[in-house]
Amino acid sequence: MTANARKKRNVAALKHAVRSYPGFLWWGLGQATNGGLGFYVWMIVLTAIALVGANAWAHQVARGMIVTNMTDHVSWGLYIANFTFGVGLAAGGVMMVIPAYLYDDEDMHKVVIIGEAVAIAAIVMCTLSVLVDLGRPDRFWHLMPVIGRVNWPVSMLTWDVIVLNGYLVINLHIVGYLLYMRYLGRKPNPKWYVPFVFLSIIWAISIHTVTAFLYCGLGGRPFWNTALLAPRFLASAFVSGPAFIILVMRILRITTGFAAPPKPARTLIQIIRVAMTINLVMLASELFTLFYTGGAHGESAKYLFFGSHGHYGLVPWIWTAIACNLIGTGLFFMPDALERSNTRIAACILCIVGIWIEKGMGLIIPGFIPSTLHEIVEYTPSLTEWKVTAGIWAFGFLLLTVLLKLITTVFAAEAHKTEIA
Amino acid sequence: MTTDNTSPQEPHDGEYLKPLLPILDQHSTRRTLLKTAGAALGLAAFGEALSPLMVIPENVSVDEFLQQHYKELTDEDKKKVFARLEAETKERFGADVTITDSKPIPGVRFAYAINVSKCNGNGKCMEACNKENNHHRGVDQSYIRVLEMTKGSMDMENGSTTYDHTVPQDDKFYLPVQCQQCDNPPCVSACPIEATWKEDDGIVVVDYNWCIGCRYCEAACPYHARRFNWELPEIPAEEVNPNQGYLSNRIRPQGAMEKCHFCLHRTREGRAPACQEACPTGARVFGDLNDPDSAINYVLKNKRVFVLKEELGTKPSFFYFFD
Repeated sequence: MTANARKKRNVAALKHAVRSYPGFLWWGLGQATNGGLGFYVWMIVLTAIALVGANAWAHQVARGMIVTNMTDHVSWGLYIANFTFGVGLAAGGVMMVIPAYLYDDEDMHKVVIIGEAVAIAAIVMCTLSVLVDLGRPDRFWHLMPVIGRVNWPVSMLTWDVIVLNGYLVINLHIVGYLLYMRYLGRKPNPKWYVPFVFLSIIWAISIHTVTAFLYCGLGGRPFWNTALLAPRFLASAFVSGPAFIILVMRILRITTGFAAPPKPARTLIQIIRVAMTINLVMLASELFTLFYTGGAHGESAKYLFFGSHGHYGLVPWIWTAIACNLIGTGLFFMPDALERSNTRIAACILCIVGIWIEKGMGLIIPGFIPSTLHEIVEYTPSLTEWKVTAGIWAFGFLLLTVLLKLITTVFAAEAHKTEIA
Repeated sequence: MTTDNTSPQEPHDGEYLKPLLPILDQHSTRRTLLKTAGAALGLAAFGEALSPLMVIPENVSVDEFLQQHYKELTDEDKKKVFARLEAETKERFGADVTITDSKPIPGVRFAYAINVSKCNGNGKCMEACNKENNHHRGVDQSYIRVLEMTKGSMDMENGSTTYDHTVPQDDKFYLPVQCQQCDNPPCVSACPIEATWKEDDGIVVVDYNWCIGCRYCEAACPYHARRFNWELPEIPAEEVNPNQGYLSNRIRPQGAMEKCHFCLHRTREGRAPACQEACPTGARVFGDLNDPDSAINYVLKNKRVFVLKEELGTKPSFFYFFD
């Protein structure tokens, strides 16, 4: 069969394909699970890691949270650290949505759906991170409105559950609707997605603000109890999110040949430069207050950066983060070096790792050290915690891969159609 | 990942046809079969990986799973729930226990005060708490922590809870800390599901069967008053205290939060809290704030009283004073 005939046949198939939304999703699942050897190896490896994680979690539920290294002193650990980072990743996608929709950036418009797909996968990871942190996951229904008993509007955690699920639903709707319309070859009706896009912009900011309020609202934890926490969360989210999306676009280009226009990446780099600078300025001003004033307020920071009373557990972590952030930011301010894609990838990875530590282990753990009665009990994640966390990341990547596969397939099919027409 | 022959630019024969008419396309059928097999294998592996979860249906009965919040239980419901819990305690711990539901006494408001001049750090209160409240024996759990403080400083930074020597030491004083039963409790605000609340007599309680174990309350508490059940408590049958309250000292389930409840199963029946009863120095004063003649009111009126971390605005019902 000639290439042209094949294309014709494909377009004909697309035209007559199942029209219903569930039918489209089923078709999409079929498409998203097609691929070559490399694709299947990737998927199988991710599945295997996810299975290890699921198994570790199941053991944790059976034997109790005692299999983690959390204690009554450090009662949140790696899970909540990852959750916090994940919320930032999800919120960071909005930095594609704003240029695309508020500033009508045409090229960004073409790839904005990638940011939304990242947001979906990140939110699912966040939800899983909270689920595995529950001592009684069998009672999760207590959290549901109507059938459970929700402490709203007082509890910040209730707010967080609401905004995270809301954000997931909004993004599922936007991505699903736009892809479905493309698949049908119809022009999307702005009525059905533009209001939701604007809602998602506000919502993205709210998910990270509410997550920060979760910590900074606690008067008994001086390390968290700072008004700068929410702005810092946002600034770092607008680094880690765009950096992750730049990496995703790069990987898509290598693996599927999906060529994103160069402009969106450049816009994202600009955003990272500004956001990372703001983030570092805020970090510096936070550290000044903590160390210059001293006293009980600075004790956690002292433990984090320099160790305290012979305990140095987090010192290597935080200096790794500082090094990653500074080098990564430095690279972002070297435009010539950044033209080389290896440098760009390195800069993105450094910033992502730096923020993962700074916002995770570097923020959650020192909130508990020293404890409210000023005892120092250290924390290092247990093997179970690492397994479960790896499993959640693997599942997130699995989901993201399927979403991106679906997106590139629909986009490519449409490209064919315009080509033939 | 490498570029493969199904890249969207050059799709396979039948790439877009497959979901419509998979039977008509041999290649597609093979792939579909493989995918179905893969999915089945994946699901089976997933089921196997999660198989340790089967302890949930073994340990959590349907009645327990569906149990409503304490405040929504009728007297009839409570009777059934308590009977079930008693039977489970017999089965798991080998002890015959009675679970009761002491209600707040109308008009009573409990408060506690500690005479810091008298307390000598002997730790009898912690022992009594451990026994009375059916705490996990393996970790010597107690709702009380006694800080050994350095004279000349109220900074807890200079305190230690892990002292292990004869008491009292000359250069030290002792500061027992337990739930402060705040009037503005950060833990109650934090709980996403109202599993913990303040009762009319001022006691902050937990419904151990409603708590999902998120531990946000533990992060919110400025006094390190809350304890989490990281595993199922271990208590030899002969050491189980059989007089148990649903909201107080019954043996807690794995994965739920717990805290000091002023021994409400005793104090609401007119008895002293176990820690007060056990204190050999007479440092502990417990009573009804609303009774003008109570010992606690005498202390508040006549002594120089302070509360811990007053600047946080938690309004404790727990006071400290010096003679």
